Amino acid sequence: MSLLDRDSTRAASAQQHPRRKTTLRFLRTAPFPVVFWLLLSGHFDPLLLALGAVSVAVVCWLTRRAGLDHQSVTLSFALRLPRYFLWLSGQVLVSTYTVVRKVWSPRPALRPVVESTPAAHLPELSQVVYANSITLTPGTLSLDVEADHIEVHSLERSGVHELREGRMLSRVRQTEARR
Amino acid sequence: MSVIEVLSGVLLAAGALAVLTGGVGMLRFPDFYTRIHAAGITDSAGAGLILLGLLLRVDSWDTAVRLLIILLFLALTGPTATHILAHAARRDGVPMWREGDRRQ
Repeated sequence: MSLLDRDSTRAASAQQHPRRKTTLRFLRTAPFPVVFWLLLSGHFDPLLLALGAVSVAVVCWLTRRAGLDHQSVTLSFALRLPRYFLWLSGQVLVSTYTVVRKVWSPRPALRPVVESTPAAHLPELSQVVYANSITLTPGTLSLDVEADHIEVHSLERSGVHELREGRMLSRVRQTEARR
Repeated sequence: MSVIEVLSGVLLAAGALAVLTGGVGMLRFPDFYTRIHAAGITDSAGAGLILLGLLLRVDSWDTAVRLLIILLFLALTGPTATHILAHAARRDGVPMWREGDRRQ
C-alpha cells in the first residue's frame, strides 16, 4: 500500500467524525499557518489580514481534505530537527561531490540499480522524512514507499549499500518524537 | 572585504557551479531516472549553497528568517516533487537505462 492510498482512506474516515471534533481539529491546525503568514508578510493592514484569514482557511480545508489533520509536529521533534538537518546537509555535500564528478568525467561511470532498503516499523512522519532524505541526497532516489521497505533508484550499487548500513535510518529514528 | 563577504562569495560561486553541473548532467545522463539525479544537484546543493551565501549578506533579521524559511521549504518540497515524478514514471513503465545499453 503506498502512502497516497493510505492518505485517501484516512480522508474518508475523517469525514465521518462529528462536527465538534472538526472544530477542535481546525483549532489545532490553524495556529501554524497563522504565525507563518504573519511572519512572512509583516504587514498588519486590514486587507492583508483578511487575505491571510482566507488563505489560512483554505490551507486548513486542504489539510482536512488530504486527511492530514491528525498529524501534528511535537515540540521535541521540532527541536531535534535542526541537528538532523545539519547532519543531512553534510551528507548532501559529500554525495553531491561524487555525482558532480560523474557529470564532468569524460565517460560517466553509471551503473544504475533499483533495490529496496528496509524501513520497517517507522511512524508515518519518519517514513516521509526518511524517503525525502534519500531523494534529497544526490545519487539516490526513492521510487516507491511501501509499509516495510523503500524502493531506491541509485546511480551506483554502493549508494543502496550505504543506505542498508542504516546510519541514516537510525538518525531518522532518533529524531522522531516518542509520543 | 571582510571574511564574511569572501565566505559568502565562495558559497555563491559553489552554488552557481552546482546549478550549472545539474544542467550539464541533465544533458549528458542517459535516461529519465539518471537525469533526475542530475537535477537533484541543482535542487539540493545548488539552492542550498546559494541561500546560505545570501544568508551571510542579509542586513536585517526578518530577511534572514525568510531565507531560512525558503531553505526549509525547498528541502521539503523539492524531494517530494522529485519522488512523485519518479514514482509516476515507474508506474507508467518509462524504460530504465542499464549499464551497457545504448544512449538514448
